[in-house]
Amino acid sequence: MRAGGGQAPVIEFRAVSKLYPSGDVGLDQATFSVDRGEFVFLVGSTGSGKSTVMRLLLKEIECTDGTIRVAGRDLEEITRRRVPLYRRNLGVVFQDFKLLPNRTVYQNVAYALQVTGGTRREIRDKVPDILRLTGLSTKLHSYPEQLSGGEQQRVSIARAFVNHPPLLLADEPTGNLDPETSIGIMQLLYRINRTGTTVLVATHDQAMVDKMRRRVLELSRGRVVRDEATGLYARDETTREFAARLRGAGISPPEV
Amino acid sequence: MRLGFFLRESLRSMRRNAAPSFAALATVLVTMLVLGVFIPVFQAATGAADSVRGRVLVDVYMKTTANAADDARVHKEILALPHVRSVQFESKAQALAQQSKQDPAAYALLNGNPLPDTFHVVPDNPGNVLLVRSELTPKGPNGRTGLIDPAIQNVSNHTEDTQKILTITSDVKWILLALTLLLVTASTLLIANTIRLSLYSRRREVEVMKLVGATDWFIRWPFVIEGVIVGAIGATLAIALLAVTKIALLDPLASSWTLISAPRTIGFEWLIIVLLGAGIAISALGSGVSLRRFLRV
Repeated sequence: MRAGGGQAPVIEFRAVSKLYPSGDVGLDQATFSVDRGEFVFLVGSTGSGKSTVMRLLLKEIECTDGTIRVAGRDLEEITRRRVPLYRRNLGVVFQDFKLLPNRTVYQNVAYALQVTGGTRREIRDKVPDILRLTGLSTKLHSYPEQLSGGEQQRVSIARAFVNHPPLLLADEPTGNLDPETSIGIMQLLYRINRTGTTVLVATHDQAMVDKMRRRVLELSRGRVVRDEATGLYARDETTREFAARLRGAGISPPEV
Repeated sequence: MRLGFFLRESLRSMRRNAAPSFAALATVLVTMLVLGVFIPVFQAATGAADSVRGRVLVDVYMKTTANAADDARVHKEILALPHVRSVQFESKAQALAQQSKQDPAAYALLNGNPLPDTFHVVPDNPGNVLLVRSELTPKGPNGRTGLIDPAIQNVSNHTEDTQKILTITSDVKWILLALTLLLVTASTLLIANTIRLSLYSRRREVEVMKLVGATDWFIRWPFVIEGVIVGAIGATLAIALLAVTKIALLDPLASSWTLISAPRTIGFEWLIIVLLGAGIAISALGSGVSLRRFLRV
C-alpha cells in the first residue's frame, strides 16, 4: 500500500468482494488504492478479477461487499440515474475498441462531447486537437472498419481522453494488437498520463509490464497478491525515452 | 439545438441502417393498409346487419270493420306495452296507395279496398321483438293465445324468420369484431417485433453510448424520433394507396353497390387521422419501449 498524498486517492478499494450470481468469485476482499497521476498496471491470468475491477469502476456492476471510492466518492451512493454523469469523469478504452461502426473517426470522438452537451464550437475546437495528439489527423473521415486495429485503438483513446477525464481505464488495450503497435498505444497512454491523468491498465502482457517498469498490481482469484513498482523509474521520463526503453533499443523513434 | 441534434441523429441512423428501417416501414405500411381496409368493411358490415335488424318489427292488423275510435284505443294499448319504442299507423287508404304504386295493374282490377288498418310496432331493441309479439297475443286462461283487443284481426307471425335474422346478424357482428381485433393485435405484434429486431442489431451501439456517459433519454430520443418518422411515412403511404383505390375503384362502384355507401361507414378524413395516429404511436412507442431492454448496461 502506498501512502496517499494530501488529496484523497483517485481509486480506493477497501475489502471489496464481488460474487457473481453464477457463483463465480470476481473479487475477494481486494484492498488497494491509486493516487493521482499514477500509472498502474493490473495484471493476472484470465478470471483473476481484472475485468471485475474495471466493471466495478465503471459501475456496470455493483460489489457485494466493501467500499469503492473514486476521487473520494463512494460509488454506492451514485444512483442509477446519475451513473451517466459519473461515467463522464472516466475515460474508458477496451480490447475490442467499442467504436460506433456507423460513425466516422471524427464523429466517434465528437459523440463523447455531444453526450455531455458540448456545443458545436467546442467540438470543432477540441476534436481535431485530440486527433492530432493521437496521430489520426489524416483519418478524420474514415469509418472504423477502414482502419487498422492500432488506429481503431487510437480513436478509442482519443474518445476516452477528449473530455480530459481525471481517470483513464484501459482494459486489455493491446490485447488484439501486435507488439510494435502495442508499444505505440502504450506510448500514447503514457503521454496522457504525463498530462496528470491517472491511468489504470489491465493487461496480461507480462513482457510489456516488465519493460514499462511502472507500479504493478497483481490479482489472483480475486485477491491482490502483489503490489509493487517493478524497478525504479523516473516519473519525468519523456515519451520518446519511454518508447525507446520499451523497444529495448537505444534508437529514438519519432514522436507520435 | 438539442432537437436539431436528435433529428440529425435519427436521420443519420436511418440512412446507415437502411435495411431494418425499411423493414419497419414496410410493416407499418402493410399493417395500416389492412387496418384501413378493415375498419370501413367492419363498419359497413355491422351497419348492414343493424339496418336488417332495424327492419324487424311486428305488424298489427285491425279488423276491416274497425273505426277510428277502435284505432285510437289500440294505439294507446300498444304504446303502453313494455319494450315498445314507437308505433306507426298506416290507414287502409295509405296501404292501398302504397300497394297500388308497387303493382298498379293488380290493384286496378279491385273495386273497393280489401286492406286493413295496420300498426307497425318497433321494439326498443331488435332482440325484444318476440317479447313484444307475445305481449300482443297473451295466453288466455284456457291456454290458447288470444289478442289484447277484440278490434285486432291478426298479429303478424314470422317467429322463425325473425329468429333467424337476429341470430345471423349478431353472429356476423361478433365474427367481424373478433377478426378485426385479431388483425389489430397481430399487426401490433408484427410492428413491435420488427422494431425490436432493428434495435437488436444496434444493441452494441447503445452499449457504447452508455459507456461514454450518455443518459438513457439522450440515447432514446433519436430512436423515438426515428419511430415517428417511420410510422408517419408508412401510414402516409398506406393512406395514399387507400385513397387511390377509393377514387379509382370504390367511388364508381358506390352508386351501384349499397354496402359501400352504407351511411354508417367512417369518413375518409377520420380514417386518415386514425391511421396516421395509430402508425406513429405504435412505432414510436414500440421503439421507445423496446429500447428499455438494451439500456440496462
